[in-house]
Amino acid sequence: MHIAEGFLPWQWCLFWYIVALPVIAYGVIQIKKVTDEHPESKPLLAVSGAFIFILSSLKLPSVTGSCSHPTGTGLGAVLFGPAAVSVLAAIVLVFQALLLAHGGITTLGANDFSMGIVGPFAAWLIWKGVRKIGLSTSIAIFIAAVMGDWLTYVTTAVQLSLAFPIPTFEVAFLKFIAIYAYTQVPLAIAEGILTVVVFEYIMKLRPDILIKLKVIRPNDVPKSTEGAS
Amino acid sequence: MMYRSQLRGHHNIVNKRPIILLALVAVIVIFPLAIYNGKGESQGYFGGSDDQGPAYITSTGYTPWFQSLWEPPSPEIESLLFAAQAAIGAIIIGYVLGYWQGQQAERKKRKNDVEKK
Repeated sequence: MHIAEGFLPWQWCLFWYIVALPVIAYGVIQIKKVTDEHPESKPLLAVSGAFIFILSSLKLPSVTGSCSHPTGTGLGAVLFGPAAVSVLAAIVLVFQALLLAHGGITTLGANDFSMGIVGPFAAWLIWKGVRKIGLSTSIAIFIAAVMGDWLTYVTTAVQLSLAFPIPTFEVAFLKFIAIYAYTQVPLAIAEGILTVVVFEYIMKLRPDILIKLKVIRPNDVPKSTEGAS
Repeated sequence: MMYRSQLRGHHNIVNKRPIILLALVAVIVIFPLAIYNGKGESQGYFGGSDDQGPAYITSTGYTPWFQSLWEPPSPEIESLLFAAQAAIGAIIIGYVLGYWQGQQAERKKRKNDVEKK
């Protein structure tokens, strides 16, 4: 999903910066607020960022025969909300743009919009929706992480089709979807499973933090696990 | 005495669920390697979708207007930096979850000691 350096006309670079920056600014405020209110959530924020670090560095083979990487943003989106993740994703994207020539500074706004905003926002919405209809936390986090990952790549395809509607937006979209979104399907499922493993482990060790962050309710915690008091 | 052995027994129960789930991830990753076994990048396999996008855009006649400020000088250096990125993440997750795991074990131990008295 990393649009390479210089691969968007400057007008589009500017446009996506303008869209992404207010969300990132709001995310910084949100992070400050949540870590002030619940200082014990800081390690969890570090875990959310670290999860993005790991997953976005792993380029995995897909059944389409090409390789791509997961995003890792679903976990943080469910724990801290999408705005906070836009900040975490921006940190990862800057790291990759400067040190790995992966993505770019000109395309940072666009890449943060897909990986740090649309994906996490979708994951967060889906988590809320699936929980509302009464399914388990594990199923909810799975679907949220899968769709957050996949929709990030769909967003990249939309962004590129808007910038390069050659010959038309529809034709370009089919082309970019074929490159990005098909390859991503099995990888999104892999990301979903990994997110379930980490989330269940956090829920087992520190359900108290998840309850304070209002991610889960006290009655979501299985009786057999004893969290911090 | 009996209590301690029970406690040890309890700690020995391995939760199989994460192991099964991680194995499933391994299958998803290994499957493409198996079905395209013997094929390589020169035949158009295992290239990155992040490279195919720009390749297609360039084919429409577009030239990028900005170059990366710095590029890893070789694939070795690139893999070094990617590995470093994953390692940083893994250290943080391992540290925090390990710390919490230790805290929980300590809490349980203390609770059991109190009950014993």
